[in-house]
Amino acid sequence: MAYALAEKDLAHAAPLAAPRAGEKALLRFITCGSVDDGKSTLIGRMLYDSRMIAEDQLAALDRDSKKFGTQNGALDFALLVDGLAAEREQGITIDVAYRYFRTDKRSFIVADTPGHEQYTRNMATGASTADLAIILIDARKGILPQTRRHSFIVSMLGVRDVALAINKMDLVDYSEARFNEIVAAYRDMARDLNFRTIAPLPISALNGDNIASLSERTAWFQGEPLLPLLENIETAGDRSSEASFRFPVQWVNRPDLNFRGFSGWVASGAVHVGDEIASMPSGKTSRVQRIVTADGDLDLAVAGQSVTLTLADEIDASRGDVLVAATQRPAVATEIQARLLWTAETDMHPGASYIVKLGARVANATIAQVHHLVDIHTFEPARARPLGLNEIGLATIRFDRPMILGDYRDNRDLGGFILIDRITNETVAFGLIDTSAAASSDEAAAPPATETANWTALKRNLRTKLAPAAFSGSCVGLGAVVLGASPATGLLLGLADAALRPVARNLLRDYRRFRARRARIGAEESLSDGGGI
Amino acid sequence: MIQLTHLQKLEAEAIHIFREVAAECERPVLLYSIGKDSAVLLHLAMKAFYPSKPPFPLLHVDTTWKFREMIEFRDRRAKELGLELLVHINEDGVKAGVNPFDSGSRLHTDVMKTQGLKQALDKYRYDAAFGGARRDEEKSRAKERVFSLRSAEHRWDPKNQRPEPWRLYNTRKRPGESFRVFPLSNWTESDVWDYIAKENIPVPSLYFAKVRPVVRRDGALIMRDDERMPLRPGEAVEHLSVRFRTLGCYPLTGAVESTAATLPEIIAEMRASKVSEREGRIIDHDGSASMEQKKQEGYF
Repeated sequence: MAYALAEKDLAHAAPLAAPRAGEKALLRFITCGSVDDGKSTLIGRMLYDSRMIAEDQLAALDRDSKKFGTQNGALDFALLVDGLAAEREQGITIDVAYRYFRTDKRSFIVADTPGHEQYTRNMATGASTADLAIILIDARKGILPQTRRHSFIVSMLGVRDVALAINKMDLVDYSEARFNEIVAAYRDMARDLNFRTIAPLPISALNGDNIASLSERTAWFQGEPLLPLLENIETAGDRSSEASFRFPVQWVNRPDLNFRGFSGWVASGAVHVGDEIASMPSGKTSRVQRIVTADGDLDLAVAGQSVTLTLADEIDASRGDVLVAATQRPAVATEIQARLLWTAETDMHPGASYIVKLGARVANATIAQVHHLVDIHTFEPARARPLGLNEIGLATIRFDRPMILGDYRDNRDLGGFILIDRITNETVAFGLIDTSAAASSDEAAAPPATETANWTALKRNLRTKLAPAAFSGSCVGLGAVVLGASPATGLLLGLADAALRPVARNLLRDYRRFRARRARIGAEESLSDGGGI
Repeated sequence: MIQLTHLQKLEAEAIHIFREVAAECERPVLLYSIGKDSAVLLHLAMKAFYPSKPPFPLLHVDTTWKFREMIEFRDRRAKELGLELLVHINEDGVKAGVNPFDSGSRLHTDVMKTQGLKQALDKYRYDAAFGGARRDEEKSRAKERVFSLRSAEHRWDPKNQRPEPWRLYNTRKRPGESFRVFPLSNWTESDVWDYIAKENIPVPSLYFAKVRPVVRRDGALIMRDDERMPLRPGEAVEHLSVRFRTLGCYPLTGAVESTAATLPEIIAEMRASKVSEREGRIIDHDGSASMEQKKQEGYF
């Protein structure tokens, strides 16, 4: 019978929601990892173990598990979250799904994100509002390219706390040695990602090991299981309430001639009635007369509140302007450096005009220069070229009017922006303003992202570049000696080969890129002047 | 420093979304469907623009099969708040005699609700329609954006949604395209009731238990709201203490037996419940991905 559910399953279909006593602040987290690492299964398992699955949903899950399931008819928790028909057919997650659950201690919003590289932008969307990331690793496979990529992106988007879930421990006989090996490799990889905490856990999402409670099968594990960890963790969180007052004007509120208010969201800091503010970019100053809400006037408004301010003077401010503490004015610029994550199928067109949205401000933007790309596998800067889908790079962006900015690390509202294609209206890039980036304009492979990364990079270079060079150099040298040259000439030839071969390889690679780029630009030019269409 | 509560954060986020639409879209409208989510939506719209009135009208797509009390409640609320209320009925469907009993729930919903909504949006050329849908309601809703782009034919393309990072919404669209906007995306059923209790928001009394005339049909308790509902052989009207967790067309909305007659009792009952709120919605059970399919066809 399709509808029949095992007793043990129904026993879990307990209260939809727990009481809220002594509740901690909401935790927003993201699950990420490579394809088939079991992200959706883990979320389904967490919902199930925290008793968030209702009876009718369990009955539907049972039906679906038999129809689409990958677990031989047993409950397939991934089907609880993979809601789109295409996802169920293919057994993969395409789009970010948000799930809501609650335990006695805390409410959670989970962004379940796709593992496939082609859907990285959806993963980055989930990361943009997350406090914590669960990074899943398949115990059999260890660290994969997607693990590195996702770790880099969550770090870039400001996540500081990581739960490192080594999943499918059942398939490696719950081996402590394997677990330790992966954890050590991850810590080594993540050294420069600026995470505040990394909490490793050996789990099996399928069997529920170390999810709600400690598993007997990993007696060697001394940490906290996943759900209690999420309930108890104090994340680095949002520092916006401690920063200076910033209030992007969203909508000018004019019900009649006697009232003129500025409606918006307090992006950071706080404001009191009577505080002196400046309207940016004009710089005109006034004082806050009233903080208006439908529930009555306030004396104080803080970051995260939507309010309406009235000012003592008739100063001009409109949508997109920012009211700020008069004594702590932000940077206003028409040119900035930002990290870009390219989210469109079509490559970046340097020099083309895009639409930028930053806070409530919309303007025109051009990409003046790409300084370097980030190699997602080594985290090292790579040679500059126009970004393609899912690529990350540091660029200089020029605006057609002054923009009021913050550094992304201090203020996501004034430090994060999107670029929009003016013809297709697609969101083509996420931008993160980096006010610390050197304003260098060198064309070549840019300065290293971090100094500390250099030693690892050097070691890697020694292994990957010098070793083959030394080998080929020795071969050339020995070959020359065999062919009758003097040992000294042989040595010389060998050294020259070792030294020049990488150079030649770089030249060849650059030439290929140059040709590809010229072909692309050629295509653009022929399009822009009609190109025979 | 003030710590905002969970509900305060949700409220601030919803207000922010309302204002973005007012600032960036030309002809917004609020889809008002009279239930608890619409009640919260309307309340938040009033707050978002205070002391101004919301700069958009309310639109109700009436299938002609709503509970009578819902219609009275709708007209009263719009009048109390001084807001313009537009009611649209798919007259083609009425003429063709489409109804939930003879046409089946699927056809009835498609013609009277989905097609009716498209007609209304086209007729008034609205480019943004607020809805009270929440991501916790249903799996395909969980994948929905806050600003959900629809083609000129009102189709939703779930595989090609715009990424929506932070609180930045890309509100650009081509002529004819429109947005469905969901300010309650991050709310749960529990949050909605907590907020209704905290803010004292009026909701139809159908949510509260009362002795009502019901018929047991296909495993559901259907309230016989008027004489248009024919009784099948062997069926009899019973008078039971029931209430509704969601409100829709009365022949398609199952009641639950309950004695919860006050807000605290409702909240306690919901927290102890083992079934989800959409269980009572007969139209959701027409196939596995049926909500996604309906949404692709233009359903809210």
